[in-house]
Amino acid sequence: MLRISPEEIAETLVMVQQQHLDIRTVTLGISIAECSADTAEEMSRRLYERVTRAAERLVPVCEAIEREYGIPIRNKRISVSPVASVAGRCACDDLTPVARAMDRAAAAVGVDFIGGFSALVQKGVGHADDALIRSIPAALASTERVCSSVNVASTRAGINMDAIARMAHTIKETAALTAEADSIGCAKLVVFANMVEDNPFMAGAVHGAGEADVVVNVGISGPGVVRAVVAAMPETADLTAVAEAIKATSFKITRAGELVAREAARRLGVAMGIVDLSLAPTPAEGDSVADILEAMGVERCGAPGTTTALALLNDAVKKGGAMGTSSIGGLSGAFIPVSEDAGMVRAVACGALNLEKLEAMTAVCSVGLDMIAIPGDTPAETIAGIISDACAIGVINNKTTAARLIPVAGKKAGDHASWGGLLGAAPVMDVSAWSSAKLIARGGRMPAPLGSLRN
Amino acid sequence: MKTRAVLSVLGEDRVGIVAAIATALAENTVNIEDISQTIIDGIFSMTMLVTVDEDAHAFDDVQARLAEVAERIGMQITLQREDVFRFMHRV
Repeated sequence: MLRISPEEIAETLVMVQQQHLDIRTVTLGISIAECSADTAEEMSRRLYERVTRAAERLVPVCEAIEREYGIPIRNKRISVSPVASVAGRCACDDLTPVARAMDRAAAAVGVDFIGGFSALVQKGVGHADDALIRSIPAALASTERVCSSVNVASTRAGINMDAIARMAHTIKETAALTAEADSIGCAKLVVFANMVEDNPFMAGAVHGAGEADVVVNVGISGPGVVRAVVAAMPETADLTAVAEAIKATSFKITRAGELVAREAARRLGVAMGIVDLSLAPTPAEGDSVADILEAMGVERCGAPGTTTALALLNDAVKKGGAMGTSSIGGLSGAFIPVSEDAGMVRAVACGALNLEKLEAMTAVCSVGLDMIAIPGDTPAETIAGIISDACAIGVINNKTTAARLIPVAGKKAGDHASWGGLLGAAPVMDVSAWSSAKLIARGGRMPAPLGSLRN
Repeated sequence: MKTRAVLSVLGEDRVGIVAAIATALAENTVNIEDISQTIIDGIFSMTMLVTVDEDAHAFDDVQARLAEVAERIGMQITLQREDVFRFMHRV
């Protein structure tokens, strides 16, 4: 007898070949602490060397693992320490050259994205943070692979409303500078509350301060597999049974991620970081989180009951995944990036899903307002209002939230924006016309919430 | 280094499938440890547990050779390291 049953083998093959099971990303986290220098040019030179040396074998090693195990690894990526945390010694006001060096390094080792052009300003903005934020529009407009993130709020520090207002203007400026490509720069920029330090997913991946020099973090995927399992259940199956089925499937998907993480770390000779137990969709038909929610029983994603279905999914994914690995980390849960999910795009196009419903879904999912195209003429204050709402949900509920909004230059609600590849395409969504200008103009910091009276 | 792997074959039944695959395996120093094979409605399905001697032939080369065979006899052939199945389904 085979020690592995033919059923198990057949199930694995079907999961990979028909249901899009894949490893969404292997992200090599690299500390660039040693790259600190007096000038942006010298820092760039050191950073390029550091990254290309550390990540030299990343892509070939991942490709070998893909072939040998028969599980596709969709993306190979790099994250570095938040650049602002290393740029303190540098007296310059422009860190764009550093972003360009990151871009060149990423191209040299063959990865599609490099994250970490980032700053953490939830409580205050230092000189290097200021320089970094100022450099974001030019950096994202003049590079292809660099991703940027800024943490503007945390449960411990509260919400830095001044930083949010500034980020809203930064987003507008980035949109304008990349207008010819549907403001693609904004697709590479995310604003966080409670940012995590071991997230393997872009655009928010950074190499945190508490990490080893070089680590391998793996982000799993597989919405297609979960959808197939839920869709195969009879309509009479109750939600306890649905949760159980998702849990069991999530376990299997996570095991694949754990295996890849261990192998990649071993072959690269670096520490294994975390497995992020996330269901991350891709624009491919059938690889959609919205499809899972619809298989559970809401007619269209966005219909009443959608938040419930998403909450169940998010929790069941974590429960199954937690058994599959002891290195849970990152954002872990279900991602709902609109443009990267065919089912979400369909729901927006037919009017079932709007910005307000997405905000409600943010409260129970992994990240939140992700990859949302809004009209190019949306006022910066309104963008700041949307970001601060997302942050408030994260800060009050002690979870990570983020906003990746794309005010598409020259386009209005109902138009279509397209960024190609994994970033996908989406209809431009309607934004409330009521103003938040007075609230945003107040600025200051919203104090951290009280943690003990939990109600 | 000896690596255990699972070979799966799927496609329309015809004469010579097992012979073609077994020959390719033998030529690449791959030992067959177990075979399970069935035909349902004319669809041939075979699963083999094999050991690849990576000192003699690299895993990549064996896969490349099997891809040639798959092309020639019109079958879908997959060779994967065994641990992926053990890992995914068992605690």
